Amino acid sequence: MDLNIVWYILVGVLLTGYAVLDGFDLGVGTLHLFVKKDEHRRLLLNSIGPVWDGNEVWLVTGGGALFAAFPEAYATVFSGLYLAFMLLLCALIFRAVAIEFRSKEPWGWWRKLWDTAFSLGSFVSALLIGVAMGNMVIGLPLTADHEYAGTFLSLLNPYALVVGITTVLLFVMHGAIYLAMKNDGELHDIIVGWIPRLIGFFITAYVVLNMLTLVYVPHVLKTVQSRPWILAIVLFGVLIVMNIPREIHKGRRFNAFLSSCFGMIAMMATFGATSFPYMVYSNPNPENSLTIYNAASTDKTLGIMLIIALIGVPIVLAYTACIYWIFRGKTRLTGHSY
Amino acid sequence: MDAEILARVQFAFTVAFHYIYPPLSIGLGIVLVVMEAIWLKTGNPLYHNMARYWTRVFALTFAIGVATGIVMEFEFGTNWATYSRFVGDIFGSALAAEGIFAFFLESGFLAILLFGWNKVGPKLHFFATCMVCFGAHFSAIWIVVANSWMQTPAGYHLETTVNGQSVRLPAEHILTEADLGSVRAVIDDFWAMVFNPSSVDRLIHVVLGAWMAGAFLVISISAFYLLRKRHLDFAKASMKVGLAVGTVATLLQMVSGDFTAKGVLKNQPAKFAALEGVYQTEARAPMTVIGWVDPVNETVQGLKIPGLLSFLSYEDVNATVTGLHNIPSDDFLKARYPNASPEEISKIRRSYWPPVPATFQFYHIMISIGVALLVIVIIALFLLWSGRLFKTDSKLTRAFLWVLVFSVLGPQIANQAGWFTAELGRQPWIVYELLKTSEALSKVVTANHILASLIMFAFVYLLLFLVFIFLLTRKIQHGPDHLEEDLEMPDSWKAIIRTKEARA
Repeated sequence: MDLNIVWYILVGVLLTGYAVLDGFDLGVGTLHLFVKKDEHRRLLLNSIGPVWDGNEVWLVTGGGALFAAFPEAYATVFSGLYLAFMLLLCALIFRAVAIEFRSKEPWGWWRKLWDTAFSLGSFVSALLIGVAMGNMVIGLPLTADHEYAGTFLSLLNPYALVVGITTVLLFVMHGAIYLAMKNDGELHDIIVGWIPRLIGFFITAYVVLNMLTLVYVPHVLKTVQSRPWILAIVLFGVLIVMNIPREIHKGRRFNAFLSSCFGMIAMMATFGATSFPYMVYSNPNPENSLTIYNAASTDKTLGIMLIIALIGVPIVLAYTACIYWIFRGKTRLTGHSY
Repeated sequence: MDAEILARVQFAFTVAFHYIYPPLSIGLGIVLVVMEAIWLKTGNPLYHNMARYWTRVFALTFAIGVATGIVMEFEFGTNWATYSRFVGDIFGSALAAEGIFAFFLESGFLAILLFGWNKVGPKLHFFATCMVCFGAHFSAIWIVVANSWMQTPAGYHLETTVNGQSVRLPAEHILTEADLGSVRAVIDDFWAMVFNPSSVDRLIHVVLGAWMAGAFLVISISAFYLLRKRHLDFAKASMKVGLAVGTVATLLQMVSGDFTAKGVLKNQPAKFAALEGVYQTEARAPMTVIGWVDPVNETVQGLKIPGLLSFLSYEDVNATVTGLHNIPSDDFLKARYPNASPEEISKIRRSYWPPVPATFQFYHIMISIGVALLVIVIIALFLLWSGRLFKTDSKLTRAFLWVLVFSVLGPQIANQAGWFTAELGRQPWIVYELLKTSEALSKVVTANHILASLIMFAFVYLLLFLVFIFLLTRKIQHGPDHLEEDLEMPDSWKAIIRTKEARA
């Protein structure tokens, strides 16, 4: 296994970490407006309060690792999807500051304003992340210089939009399970009441998405045919998602949340395994594609970064685990809460 | 407007706005560590109360810093894709190190700092505060290293791809338009990149500027409470901590400024000449205290101290300082324009100068404010020593406290001005003497795209700034909690509290 493959996996791990962790934050945010009582909204915010910031760092570091390991892919995707990324930034900014600002003042209009900013910011972030993923699956039109040749509107194709909606539903389901795990009392009962429907929505979207993939994205189908082991990952993902309602039914919230996490990991792994060795698949003109070789930094840089990662990542995982452990248990409102 | 100007305006605007907040977080981080250390050491509940209040101010600056910081990382790719392709091999590892060593550290332990008061013991909380402070400093390290590499590139070579094979280019290779997209800078020596000629000087300068930003915020709010005669014990103790950090930082900043300027003289002569508007090479060069540059007649008007620039540069009042008409050198220009006549060369030379009047003014704003802040801390220390700083009935003290209230703007303006000096002084280069800013843009992004996003950021940031000022004002009005209100404090924290007699 060469360094390029190692970094393909590591960038994938960082972005998967982001999806799993900030995924529940964005899901919780999307649900925020559907919860009506002020006390419940505060519980909702404080369920993700101590961890959302650390979760967003997975995106920052994933982006940094992409820049460092595959600068050509970073430059092509970020400049090509310019307006989409600008909107994503705007949504992430509002999501972040709304959490901090919202409970600072008691006035109804103030809280309503930041509640809306938080919820819309979360929803739009989730949607855009999904749309970007969808476009990566279909492939972007690239020139021979690896520059993006499409337009903003061509990113909003039906397939990418379906991936976007599926992502929103996935994050919402994931966030609801997280909320059920972190709360008790009235809010818990409300959320648990929603969960079966949310799982239903997601599974429907997921099935539709898979059928669309077979129709719209023939090159993915071909890849799967040549790599039949990918079906094992897909099967694992399906089984583990099916396990969520079972765990919810038995009242095992933590197991349900874990299943949801592994479901997301399986989906990201499927995406990674089908895309390999492409960083950005060019559609049409696959010969212009960016692969993990022609988009990569030198072996020297990849080697230095591997050392950085080998030192840094275990430390990060250790204290992240400690912090989640310190903030385990049900959310309670105190004088320090949002 | 063309895409280059818009992209530069957008980057300058978003980075300038972002740069209000991380320095505050870094400086307040130091203040928090000091306060919590005193609390643990003395068991005086006042310091616990202080740490909690300033933590809330910290949280506000941190949240906006995080929200606006992610924009910066994305903009390298969105607006400066050609630059990203060119430097990815070098710049990327610094950014990745920043993510892994700095951002995770600060954002992870931030949870304990903000929400851990009732969850963990006081020592673990103090540890978390230290980690957040460390993390904030680490992020400054990596981002300044990356930026310093753009000022003084080192530890790299250029490489191109021919038929899928990487070919090393000679050190004297000059980038041409045709090279863009195929030639890139590639790392030779990681540590030479990290410790490039300007990184240490500039890092110290930036970090001290951040300490000043945090310290003067504490000084300003404390002075306000003293003037209003509210929370007096809290204000006096906070003022002392703020002054301690502020004095150390301001004094060291004078030394650091000297080192940094000498580094610029050695590494970036064009920038150095622009700082003082030195057009013609001259002996016994003066330094302007306040003045303006006339770029047409190439003169500087204003109050000048003769020989000071020569002295500060070479420790000799009669030393010769090289002017812009000899920068860049003839050899540098002839290598790029082999067929140009001497007259043409001297015309072309001007296109390699930074914008002199703007660089000059930003630099002088920074210096003037630095000196003013130095005077302010000296007066403050004198008043404190003579027991008059807290005598809020004296007219003189009140007047000076008002100066302290507004002193918070000083480091902010100086930090911004310093940043603009550094970045404008590097122009027309994005990577010094290697890649021009005009060649670094994204090829597929149109001026309209940039304009649209610039308008969006202008609105969003204006809103954020207003809300920030509003919430900060509200926090100042509200003030710290009353000591006896703190009923939620767990036993492990209460155990630290010692009465006055026990402390004595």
